[in-house]
Amino acid sequence: MAKLFAVTIFVIAIVSAIPILRHTWWMAEDISTHGAPIDEQMSETMAEAGISFLASQFILGYFIWKFSNPKPGDKIKTFPGGAKAMVWAAFLLVGTEVLALGVFGVKAWANVYFTPPAANAVPVEVQAGQFAFYFRYPGPDGSFGPIHPDMISEANQNFYGLDTDHDADSKDDVVTAEMAVPVNREIHLIMHSKDVGHSFFVPELRVQQDFVPGMDLSVHFTATKIGRYEIVCTQLCGLGHYNMKAYLSVLSPEDFDAWMKKEKAMQ
Amino acid sequence: MHDTAHAHAGQHAAPTSFIRKHVFSLDHKVIGKQYYGLALAAVLIGMFLSWLMRLHLGWTNLAIPGLHLLTKNGAPGDVMTPEFYLQLMTMHATIMVFFVLTTAPFAAFGNYFLPIQVGAEDMPFPHFNMMSFWVTFVAFLVLMSSFFVSDGPTLGGWTQYAPLSAVGQVGGPGEGAGVVLWALSIAIFCVGQLLGSLNFITTTLDMRTRGMSLWRLPLSAWGWFITSVMGLTAFAVLMPACILLILDHVAGTSFFVPANTVMNDQMQPHSGGSTLLWQHLFWFFGHPEVYIAIVPGMGIVSHVLVTNMRKPMLSHRVLVYAMGALAVLSYMVYGHHMFVSGMNPVSSLVFSFPTLVITIPSTIVVLIWMGSLYGAKLRINSASLFALGFISMFIAGGVSGFFLAQPSIDIMLHATYFVVGHFHLVMGVAAMFGIFAGTYFWFPKMYGRMMNETLGKIHFWCSFVGAYAIFMPFHYLGLAGNVRRYQAFAPEYMQPLIPLHKFITIAALFTGAAQLVFVYNLFVSRYKGEPASDNPWQATSLEWSTPTTPPPHNNFGDTLPVVYHDPFQYGVESSTGDYVMQTSPEKASAHDES
Repeated sequence: MAKLFAVTIFVIAIVSAIPILRHTWWMAEDISTHGAPIDEQMSETMAEAGISFLASQFILGYFIWKFSNPKPGDKIKTFPGGAKAMVWAAFLLVGTEVLALGVFGVKAWANVYFTPPAANAVPVEVQAGQFAFYFRYPGPDGSFGPIHPDMISEANQNFYGLDTDHDADSKDDVVTAEMAVPVNREIHLIMHSKDVGHSFFVPELRVQQDFVPGMDLSVHFTATKIGRYEIVCTQLCGLGHYNMKAYLSVLSPEDFDAWMKKEKAMQ
Repeated sequence: MHDTAHAHAGQHAAPTSFIRKHVFSLDHKVIGKQYYGLALAAVLIGMFLSWLMRLHLGWTNLAIPGLHLLTKNGAPGDVMTPEFYLQLMTMHATIMVFFVLTTAPFAAFGNYFLPIQVGAEDMPFPHFNMMSFWVTFVAFLVLMSSFFVSDGPTLGGWTQYAPLSAVGQVGGPGEGAGVVLWALSIAIFCVGQLLGSLNFITTTLDMRTRGMSLWRLPLSAWGWFITSVMGLTAFAVLMPACILLILDHVAGTSFFVPANTVMNDQMQPHSGGSTLLWQHLFWFFGHPEVYIAIVPGMGIVSHVLVTNMRKPMLSHRVLVYAMGALAVLSYMVYGHHMFVSGMNPVSSLVFSFPTLVITIPSTIVVLIWMGSLYGAKLRINSASLFALGFISMFIAGGVSGFFLAQPSIDIMLHATYFVVGHFHLVMGVAAMFGIFAGTYFWFPKMYGRMMNETLGKIHFWCSFVGAYAIFMPFHYLGLAGNVRRYQAFAPEYMQPLIPLHKFITIAALFTGAAQLVFVYNLFVSRYKGEPASDNPWQATSLEWSTPTTPPPHNNFGDTLPVVYHDPFQYGVESSTGDYVMQTSPEKASAHDES
């Protein structure tokens, strides 16, 4: 039985690793300028965690195979290095791994969060609410009109609570249900929730950020590949959570201008 | 310790009436069994809910015959609605985390065996002990009662993130009365755990018998002791958090809801609350909770292993220090649940470091186990199989922690099935394996009968292979961006993942069904199992030295035992064979670390 157990552990360990090695199910292709260090970090962590996983499962299986069902005369033996060897191994192997991952991870994280958006980044606002995203572009004046929460009305399609009669800045704001961005231009995304917690996740963009009700947050990114991607909500927000999604179109500058004109005409 | 006055602090006469013997009992052994029974009922309900969820995830429009009986509006035509899926999910998680993973390894086995392992007649505060169980039982009833309120239980997930959990009915089905009952249940549960922890700590520190120094405690006792210290501090934070949440519902306060919240086009009557405050309070409890679930399992597994390896651990002191380090670090790592929550991104880096460092004591624990296996005379039985399975699961679930400890990678994996796979393996399945190892090991002492080994092994094989078949693919789903807490996979990029979900569902149904073999074995062995001797595993610790099996009301009869050795005197030559019991004055071999 012990040998069967050991073989089962070997088989499970190898079978578990195959889809990872073959990338059968893997991260979507990266279309951001900041994603490469994240992907590199993922690959390095996968290699280190994978080796740790396989090595420890194999040793466990081997020891179970070798040291079970003893014969009557067998004596117990002590591991030659004793507990000290194990403590040193843990500190050296895992400690080094931890330090390396930690240090490189800081760099990847800093790329995303510790650099301010460029001055010429395209500002886009996203508002999350049960169970839809709405996007707002500031129009030619370059500034967003103020939000009046008491005027927010799905019924009147005033998703943002804009007072276009009184607020000059609001008049040229463009509110859309889909997000479009020009390719290879930095986007400064300002995030705002009108009700509960939500999240903005575009796997291809290597962006995931929660919305925090009561706080405006922002992220910035540059999309490098023209295409149509999905924005999904990852923070449980109610019964329609699974269906809270929107499309992100990454367009050429010309197509983006044309899209913007069309959306403006529809306001 | 071993002061006569202290040693008799928990003394009380044996009860004679049925109610005081079996219902409102002061006997720690009865209370331990009551906790075990509660956990067993809870785990069967929790597993049943997970079956329903898995069926729905594999086949979204499937009509599940009879489903409408469980809910007023949640299953028209027996097809699960999105909200009912979330309600089942929330209840599954809450039942499993609180009423199974906290209750069984800690409260059930700890109550039964900690006083015996330290050589005491009972816990020092038997009334508090009785209260801790009955309070927990009431908490369970309150939670289950939410199935019967108008729109059912809460759908907000076991993490109950505000403001969804705090805005009331307007947030969706179950977000009114359902949340209040949930928070009330958990607040009551906290009271039970605080009373229990207090008893565990005092038992360990003050009730040890003559000769029982701290270093002579078995590793299982250390596991419960360390867990009780965590329980005392963690549940003391969750309880006020739940009370504040209830106040937001019933007293018009705004602890967790900010101004300008608009729901259904209506401004909500709240201002000044903080949504991140809930997350900080919740995870300050929530991360230690992971270790509250797993550290007793580590102790139990170590205890089962030394007995079945017939040799001591490489160093039981190092194991104790490592478990202690896990407990201390568990309070410093909680922020890794909040890397992308909107808290200051510098905090993410600060929380990342201890989260990576906590892998060092975890690795030490695993390496000590493996190094101890070297040169062992390993017995293969149901208990040792589950103990070894625990190690395999703990490794599998542990290595994914490397990913989730890093904020940059968390951008891709946060809130995906990768996280679900990680915690199910490391704190769910591993802790369950610890419970199973403990059950097969201690059942003979608790009931005086052996469990059926053949059924135990069938149970093990199905559980071991089944758990990997269910939870390994969760990691693949997460890598592919499959978001958790979705009742159906609406985004286009998740559609190709549905066949993998179907595979998982089939594996879950199979593995779940195998657990019924365990339940059958438990009940049949209870009444028809082979009679057990006082020490069927040739073990050394005090629970195997009781004058009768099961132990008498006061555990050791008229005189408390005297301890001469640490509990790891295996692989020696003695008059009894290859071990010396803690109570035997026979000269011990050189490896006595005490």
